[in-house]
Amino acid sequence: MMRFLRRQGWVAGLLALLVFLFVLTKLIQPGYGSGDFGSLARAVLPYAFAVAAQTVVVIAGGIDLSVAAMMALTSVTAASMMNGASEEYAYFVVPFVLAMGLVLGALNGLLIVVTRVPDIVVTLATLFVLQGAALLVLDAPGGAAAEWLKATVVGTMPIPGLPDWADAWVPKALVLLLVCLFVIWIPLRRSRLGLSIYAIGSNELAAFRSGVPVARTRIVAYALSGLFAALGGLSLTISTGIGAPIPGPYLLASVAAVVLGGVALGGGKGGLLGPIIAVFVLRLVRTDLTLLAIDPNVTAIIEGAIMVAVVMFGAFITIRGRPAGATP
Amino acid sequence: MTNSATMPQPVSLGRRLKRFMADRPLIPLIILLVILVLILQVLRPGIVNERWIANTAKFAIPLAILAGCQTMTMLTGGIDLSVGTVATMSAFIMATQIVNQDPTVAFILAMLPAVLIGLVNGVGVGVFRVHPLIMTLGTSLIGTGFLQVYQRTVIASGAKIPDFLNWLGTGLTYGFPNALFLFVPVAVLIVFTLNRTGFGRLLYAVGDNERAARLSGVRYWQVITALYVISSLLAGITGLLYIGLIKAPSLSLAEPLVLPSVAAAVIGGTSIFGGRGGYMGTIVGALILTVLTTLLTILHMPEGGRRILFGFMVLFVTAAYLRIIEDK
Repeated sequence: MMRFLRRQGWVAGLLALLVFLFVLTKLIQPGYGSGDFGSLARAVLPYAFAVAAQTVVVIAGGIDLSVAAMMALTSVTAASMMNGASEEYAYFVVPFVLAMGLVLGALNGLLIVVTRVPDIVVTLATLFVLQGAALLVLDAPGGAAAEWLKATVVGTMPIPGLPDWADAWVPKALVLLLVCLFVIWIPLRRSRLGLSIYAIGSNELAAFRSGVPVARTRIVAYALSGLFAALGGLSLTISTGIGAPIPGPYLLASVAAVVLGGVALGGGKGGLLGPIIAVFVLRLVRTDLTLLAIDPNVTAIIEGAIMVAVVMFGAFITIRGRPAGATP
Repeated sequence: MTNSATMPQPVSLGRRLKRFMADRPLIPLIILLVILVLILQVLRPGIVNERWIANTAKFAIPLAILAGCQTMTMLTGGIDLSVGTVATMSAFIMATQIVNQDPTVAFILAMLPAVLIGLVNGVGVGVFRVHPLIMTLGTSLIGTGFLQVYQRTVIASGAKIPDFLNWLGTGLTYGFPNALFLFVPVAVLIVFTLNRTGFGRLLYAVGDNERAARLSGVRYWQVITALYVISSLLAGITGLLYIGLIKAPSLSLAEPLVLPSVAAAVIGGTSIFGGRGGYMGTIVGALILTVLTTLLTILHMPEGGRRILFGFMVLFVTAAYLRIIEDK
């Protein structure tokens, strides 16, 4: 029963919860329309990339504590590079920052493989390092973003053959998110590499004995996580127009959404869809709290409490789901 | 490999050195501390005098107490990242409540959030088995939220630093900082608890082999809950000491101490995986970090660079200790 719930029904249940929340939102605020949905999609963007970054690593049986710091570093790098530069220069900045995320993420994986220190400690150390590097790049919020980049997340995407009223519900930010995620995720999931990532998360020893290059796969998983985090950092710069060197609350949010999205913290299970829906659920809860005219600081408390509760619940499920007698 | 059991082989110098480091981590640490002080003296001749030593001690003491929290939680394989928030909360509440409350009442009010956060941490880690890192990060986020809400309710009444805390934080008695009156008993208590009491032994036992400890009848969740409450209380007391030293209540007062407190415990020889370490090493570790910070300030190293260095130090030392343990 528990197994079925986690495997099949989880994502469907989550989707139902999301729909329920949308209905609730509409009830609280009858005027909730396409414009509000667009701003929701924009707010979700950095969170969704953070969650994607966390998901890849968690599926591979690890955890990445440096996600938020990586986003901060890539965000300030992009913002300070684009500051005062021409519009065309941004065509160089975007691939550069993405490559930076990829390399730094791979470095995370490499450190884990080489030092054999558990990933939670290594990424804690790189969290400090990346945070420091972000402060070196920009010691206060600042920088700028190219106008054409900012335009990629504002407004809606005109889709031919779709009536205007439906078009209004397709914000560019959402399209950008889905395209970025699925261009990377779908080919990966279908490939040998994707299978290897699931394999090392599920049972590292068994994967190793079946000939999976465990070390290489782990490095690739962290590199992908770095890439997603860089996308998150870029989207932060794009949507705010500046870069901030202090990491946002993305680490806890990413872990909470991963757990809520049905990805087992032990690794080897789950997909990307669940966590992404979970991000929308968590953000929509925040929107609802704001619409109910609750003090934003109190909202932060409630949000934090929900995330902690979700993580506690996930940990509890993990103990329950473990076969009796297995070592923790 | 086969005859190594029967024939004692000559032990190489490297291995002997490693074993020595593992058995007596205090001696190399003290040597490192002396070297750092010597470098400081060479860079700025005459800087090392009575006043400088008292000043260094003043700044090392809050760090050492917080590092004590990390030491105790690390012994069980955990970590407490909420110490910064807890210290800030108790300091801020003390400074604002003392304005129109009795000192005793203000003290109790200041310690209340510490106990609560400790309790939530303990239950989350001990009962629900959430990873301590995630759990304490979550509670610190919630705590910061509460502090922001609280700040707005006391904005009119203002804040002041009680004379007693002023005396404790910055005063000198015969050239010795008054903070020692607090620190010496705390340090003695921690060392005594870890080495001579049943509770201390339980901490080591749980960290060394949790399953074995459980099977021998240790009530895991009770030990963990007590541990995190004690850790939070110590952090709260540190907050009071720190506000007397810094004299400017703010919402991020003790946050900069969190990373160095982890680093101090790790450098002091406490294993982040649990079961190994002690408080004496941590105290020397805190002194090393304080002297190192002075050194880096003299060399004009920015805050970002310091964080990068601390991050790499944590990683390097952890990897080194891992090798030493494997060799034994």
